[in-house]
Amino acid sequence: MELGPEKLKDMYRRMVVIRKFEEHIYDIYTRGLMPGLAHLYIGEEAVAVGACAALRDDDFIASTHRGHGHLIAKGGRIDRMMAEVMGKVDGYCRGKGGSMHIADMSLGILGANGIVGGGLGIITGAALSARMRKTDQVALGFFGDGALNQGIFLETVNMAAIWKLPVIYLCENNQYGEYTAASKVTAGHDLCARAAAFDVPARQVDGLDILAVYEATQWAVDRARSGEGPSFLLCQTYRYRGHHVGDQNTYRTKEEIEQWMARDCIRRLASRLTAGGSASEADLRAVDEAVEAEVVAAVDFGLHSPMPDPREVVEHVFA
Amino acid sequence: MPRKLTFAQAVREAMAEEMRRDPAVFLMGEDVGGAGGVFKVTVGLLEEFGPERVRDTPIAEAGFMGLAVGAALTGMRPIVEIMFGDFITLAMDQIVNQACKLRYMSGGQARVPLTIRTTLGAGRSSAAQHSQSLHAWFAHIPGIKVAIPSTPADAKGLLKSAIRDDNVCIVFEDKMMYRLEGDVPDGDLPIPFGQADVKRPGEDVTLIATSSMVHVALKAAELLQKENISAEVIDPRTLVPLDREALVQSVRKTGRALIIDEGHQKYGVTAELAAVIQEEAFDDLDAPVARLGAADVPVPFSTALEFETIPNEARIIAAVKATWGPDGKKR
Ligand SMILES: Cc1ncc(C[n+]2csc(CCOP(=O)(O)OP(=O)(O)O)c2C)c(N)n1
Ligand SMILES: [Mg+2]
Repeated sequence: MELGPEKLKDMYRRMVVIRKFEEHIYDIYTRGLMPGLAHLYIGEEAVAVGACAALRDDDFIASTHRGHGHLIAKGGRIDRMMAEVMGKVDGYCRGKGGSMHIADMSLGILGANGIVGGGLGIITGAALSARMRKTDQVALGFFGDGALNQGIFLETVNMAAIWKLPVIYLCENNQYGEYTAASKVTAGHDLCARAAAFDVPARQVDGLDILAVYEATQWAVDRARSGEGPSFLLCQTYRYRGHHVGDQNTYRTKEEIEQWMARDCIRRLASRLTAGGSASEADLRAVDEAVEAEVVAAVDFGLHSPMPDPREVVEHVFA
Repeated sequence: MPRKLTFAQAVREAMAEEMRRDPAVFLMGEDVGGAGGVFKVTVGLLEEFGPERVRDTPIAEAGFMGLAVGAALTGMRPIVEIMFGDFITLAMDQIVNQACKLRYMSGGQARVPLTIRTTLGAGRSSAAQHSQSLHAWFAHIPGIKVAIPSTPADAKGLLKSAIRDDNVCIVFEDKMMYRLEGDVPDGDLPIPFGQADVKRPGEDVTLIATSSMVHVALKAAELLQKENISAEVIDPRTLVPLDREALVQSVRKTGRALIIDEGHQKYGVTAELAAVIQEEAFDDLDAPVARLGAADVPVPFSTALEFETIPNEARIIAAVKATWGPDGKKR
């Protein structure tokens, strides 16, 4: 499907929301307003937004510890996300989950996950459920290069393949798992071959090119919806910041980081929009400013939300 | 009219009735389909419900448990069979970190109506990787309900409740009991979790026993009766939620308690129940709470060794008598 200028501008806007959201996360974290860990998605925005642009509202996603971008791309509310990362009662999880566990079941967001590879079973099960309930929903699981080496990756792809489940395995290869280069700990020069071994069609994608991500995901979604089974997408991308806020980045060079930043996914779509005449520089600046105001309002919402009542600690263990 | 059913038949009836009642209920596990399961519990279900709802899985416990969690989150009500309880160790992340936590972590948004059926119990010369009783591990984790039935009727009623529950439930079936027969009432009669059952009333000592240990305790109680000691046998039936009140009331009446469970003794079910009793009935106790769990060794293979590790009638009788002091005489 060709993307019209309105859809492209919306995708641009969503990427900017993620980037600014994460910049404000950095800010509140370093000011001591957010406890725990903050894993920033800056640099990888095109993957989440490109992939979710090919999904319907009633489709499912499973996310990771680096999940803010996925949630925003699938339609998550940034004010409730901000409140959650601050541990406030108006957060998505009433302050019980924090950054690594935000979920919005009403949007098919089956949760960020603190376990590397933890979403793979869930998303494959959501696909099984879609099939058994006879809907044409599809399920897309985001996971990092680190999860490629978890056993459950093999187990779930195998089941998705034998049962032809409507699931998309989307690996975000940002080249590192924590402080270790993926290439050091991951065997095989062609990672798509891992899926091919199960006869699961796979595509390698330039994760900085949002249109390439969109197009590949649309291909996988079409396959899933029409009953052709699972697909595997390997998106090559890069995180600009450390593994988490506070990581000193000692395991990679400044040159390497700058090389990737030179190909920035947001600027790339901006150039395409202006070159094609869909938007002017001024239009995009207006979008940036409006988004900035929206994110500032979300931070405010979080800051003004009350802490949960300590009596809530025993609630929500059981339904 | 009650009918005589084996434990295995009762479990199967519960699943079949729930699958007929609710199309969202389905079963998956290794060899549960055509083969009817390693313990023949699921025989006939494939014929009635078809391969979508009685699903043979690859040998991938973490994987299919994970699928069940995702399916439960999105509108289905899976029953997962883990053949030998020992194999559940491979699926611990999916159960403990995912299924048990999703509702809480999401602030009450998620619903995980997942039922896990698995086995426990030694006694088949199956050695250390096919004989463990790991129920205490789950009772330790918030977010999962744990049933451990001792009779065909309880197995059926508790499993029906588990399947209808909107939470993660695990039911432990002693593989040595599958052929045990018992009366099972007709009709749709789920047994609520959290209700202990007095299996034999008595006056002098309370034997709190779980799963197959209930039957060992009942035999011991008969022998004790010959020596004029009247033992009450009470089965908690579910460890989570626990019917504290029923256990405590019984001990208040008798003043003595022996707890018998086939999990390892240290840090196990017997330890927790002993704590409950001393917290709530300390003043009524005439003797320290006694307990018998499985020996704190891996389950050995040789029949000469294996039965050394499991509580039996003789050990129960000795432990009961010991509560009256070294001479073992009832006052
Ligand atoms: C099972 C498990 N092991 C280890 C960790 C600690 N840990 C958190 S993030 C991470 C790296 C994950 O790398 P990757 O999957 O590539 O995702 P990325 O952080 O690069 O987005 C590790 C090892 C964890 N959370 N879960
Ligand atoms: Mg990575």
